[in-house]
Amino acid sequence: MNELSATQQGFSVALVGNPNCGKTALFNALTGSHQRAANYPGVTVERKVGTLATPGRRQVRLTDLPGTYSLRARSPDEAITRDIVLGQRRGEPRPDLLVCVADATNLRLGLRLVLELKRTGVPLLLSLNMIDIARHRGIEIDLERLSAELGLPVVTSVAVRRGGTAALLAEFDSQSARRPETPSSPWTAPDAAELRALQREADRLVAVAVRVPDRRDALTRRLDSVVLHPVGGIVVLLAVLFLMFQAVFAWAEPVMDLIDGSFQALGVLVGSLLPEEGWLGLLRSFLQDGLIAGVGGVLVFLPQILILFLFILLLEDFGYMARAAFLMDRIMGGAGLHGRAFIPLLSSFACAIPGIMATRVIDNRRDRLATILVAPLMTCSARIPVYTLIIAAFIPDQKVWGWIGLQGLVMFGLYAVGILSALGMSFVFRRLLWRREASDPFMLELPDYKWPRVRDVAIGLWQRARAFLRRAGTIILAMMMVIWFLSSVPRPPEGATQPAIEYSFAYSIGTAVEPVLRPIGFNWQIGVALIPGMAAREVAVAALGTVYSIEASDDDSAELGSALSGKWSLATALAFLAWYIFAPQCAATLAVIRRETGSRGWAWFTFGYMLVLAYAAAFVTFQTASFLGAG
Amino acid sequence: MSLLITAHLGSARPGFRGRILGLRPLPSGGLDPEELERRLIELGFVEGALVEILHQGLFGGDPIAIRLQSATIALRRREAAAILVEPLT
Repeated sequence: MNELSATQQGFSVALVGNPNCGKTALFNALTGSHQRAANYPGVTVERKVGTLATPGRRQVRLTDLPGTYSLRARSPDEAITRDIVLGQRRGEPRPDLLVCVADATNLRLGLRLVLELKRTGVPLLLSLNMIDIARHRGIEIDLERLSAELGLPVVTSVAVRRGGTAALLAEFDSQSARRPETPSSPWTAPDAAELRALQREADRLVAVAVRVPDRRDALTRRLDSVVLHPVGGIVVLLAVLFLMFQAVFAWAEPVMDLIDGSFQALGVLVGSLLPEEGWLGLLRSFLQDGLIAGVGGVLVFLPQILILFLFILLLEDFGYMARAAFLMDRIMGGAGLHGRAFIPLLSSFACAIPGIMATRVIDNRRDRLATILVAPLMTCSARIPVYTLIIAAFIPDQKVWGWIGLQGLVMFGLYAVGILSALGMSFVFRRLLWRREASDPFMLELPDYKWPRVRDVAIGLWQRARAFLRRAGTIILAMMMVIWFLSSVPRPPEGATQPAIEYSFAYSIGTAVEPVLRPIGFNWQIGVALIPGMAAREVAVAALGTVYSIEASDDDSAELGSALSGKWSLATALAFLAWYIFAPQCAATLAVIRRETGSRGWAWFTFGYMLVLAYAAAFVTFQTASFLGAG
Repeated sequence: MSLLITAHLGSARPGFRGRILGLRPLPSGGLDPEELERRLIELGFVEGALVEILHQGLFGGDPIAIRLQSATIALRRREAAAILVEPLT
C-alpha cells in the first residue's frame, strides 16, 4: 500500500550542484527525451523537469536545478535553487530527495556545497560525477570513508556511459522506499566565517578520503597554453569567430532559400485559389501577406539560428566559452559589459533574437539587461537587403585611394557604427541606470576541456529551436497580424487607380507623421513603408516597391534602386541609412525583449531609445548632407 | 617575514606559486568587502590553499587565470588583490 501510493504520487528528486559539475549531462542521461524545458512562472530562469523509471519500477520526477556554488543566492537562477531546496517556492513542493552532484575531478567545492545542503535537513545523497575522468587521471576516492565522514549515501556516476547511472538509480529505489519525514530546519545565509569553516571541513574530507596526483589535465594544460596565450589566444578566438560567421552565412543560405521559396510558392498557391476582390480578397491578402509572409519572414532565420546555437553549444560544452569570456573581459569591461556578453552580441549579427536568447549565459541581471538592450544595435542580417539597395542606388561604384571600393567602405562603416554605438550605449546605460549599483566582478571557473556529447548538443539544440518556434508561432505572429492589418485595411474601392496601400491605415499614419519626418528628409512614401517594415526590416524594401508602384518581381531591387535614385536626394538616402542603423524596426525583437526581461517596460524602453537615436542620427545626417549640397 | 605577508595575488606574474595566508578584501568600488570575501571563499580561496598564476590577459595583464588546488579560476587583478599569499619556491 505504501509502495503503491509512492508510485502514484511519484517520487520527486532534484539535482543540485556547482556549475560545470556535469549536472545537465547527468540529467540528460537519466531522463533522455522524457524532459521538458520551460520557464519558472514570473522569471526567465529555465525550469527543466523530466521523468524516469527506476529498476524497481518507481516513477521519479527529476528536476535539474540551476547550478550554484552556494545556497546564498546571488542571481535569479541561484535564488530558484535555494527556494526549491528550502521548500520556499510556491507551487513547487520540496523535493523528496536532493542529489548533490559533485565533479569527482574537483571535489573541494562540491563537498562544501554538500556540507551546506546537509544543514538544511533535506534528505540528501552525494553523487560523484565524471568518476571515469577522475579515475583516468589517477584520482582515488575512498567512498566508504567519505560516506561515513559525511553521514550520507555516496555513489558514483558517469553521465556519458551506458550503465553509468545504475548506482544512482538503485539509490532512488531504496530512498523512495524509506521516505523519511524530515522537519525543515530554519536556514540563514552563512557569513564569511561559516563559509570558511565549511570549506575547511571540505578540504579536510578531501585530505582524508581522496588521493590526487599532483598534475593538471594534460589536454587542458596544452590547449590553454595556446588558447589563453595573450596574443595567440586572440588569434584563435578570431579564427573561431571567422569560422562561425562563415557557417552562419554560407551554410545557412541554401536552406534559407529553400524556406523562402517554399513560403513564396505557398503564397502564390493560396493566391491562385482565392479571388482578389471582395471579402474573399481580404482573406486572400490576410493569408498571403499576413500569415504566410509573416511566418515565412521569421522562419527564414531558423537555419542561421540553429547553426549559431550549434556552435555556441559545442563551444560551451567543450569549455571554450569561459575562455572566450576571459579573453574578451577587458575589452567588454571598458564598455560596462561582462566578458560573457561577447557571444550574445556576436550572435546578434545574424539576428538579435537568438542573441537576446543567448544572454541567458550571463548570471548577473544587470549585466544581462545591458546586453539585451544593446543587442539590437548590432547589424543583423535583415538590414543587409536595405543597405545594399540604398548603397547600390546612391553610392557611386568607385575606388577610394585607388584600391578601396567606396560601396564596400560605406557598408563597413554602417557595421562599425552599429558596433560602436552598442558599446557606447551600454557604457551610457551603466552610468545612468545602474550608477549606484556595483558592477559584478569577473569571477569565473575555467573548466577542464571535455569532448561535447552528441546527445547533449542535440537536446540543447532541440530545446532552443522549440523556444524560437514557439515564439514565432505566438507573439511574433500576432505582431505580424497587426502590421498586416494596418497595411491592408481598409481595402481600396472598386476601380481604384492608386496602389492598395494608399487606402490603408498605414497610409493615414504615414502621411500623418510626415511633418515629423520632414526634418530628417523622409517623404510620406518612406513614412508609409516604415510601418510594414516593422514586421521585419527587409520588408521595407518590398513596401517601398509597393508605394512607388513597382511591379513586384524577383529582380525588382535594381529597378527600385533606379526609381529611388530619381526620386530621393542623396541626403535623404544617407539619412535613411542612418535611420536603419538604429531604428527599432523589428516587432519580433521587441517581443523577445519583453519575454526575456519579463517586462513590457524594457521592450518599450528599447523601442524609445532606439527611436530617439535613429531620429537624431537621421536628422544630423540629413541636415549635414543638405548643408554640404547633397540636398 | 613581514615582507612576504604583504604579497597579494593582484600583482603576481604568471608562473607565481604560493600559499594563501588570508583574505583582506578592501572596498574597491566593486562589491562590499564582506560580499567579496564570501564569493572568494565560495570559489575555494581559503587559508592554506595552493595557488599558481597560469595565464594573464593581453591588456594590462588582466584578468588572470589562477590554478587553485584542483580548479582553475579567472579573476580580475582588482579582486585578486584581496588574496594574501606567501610565495613558495
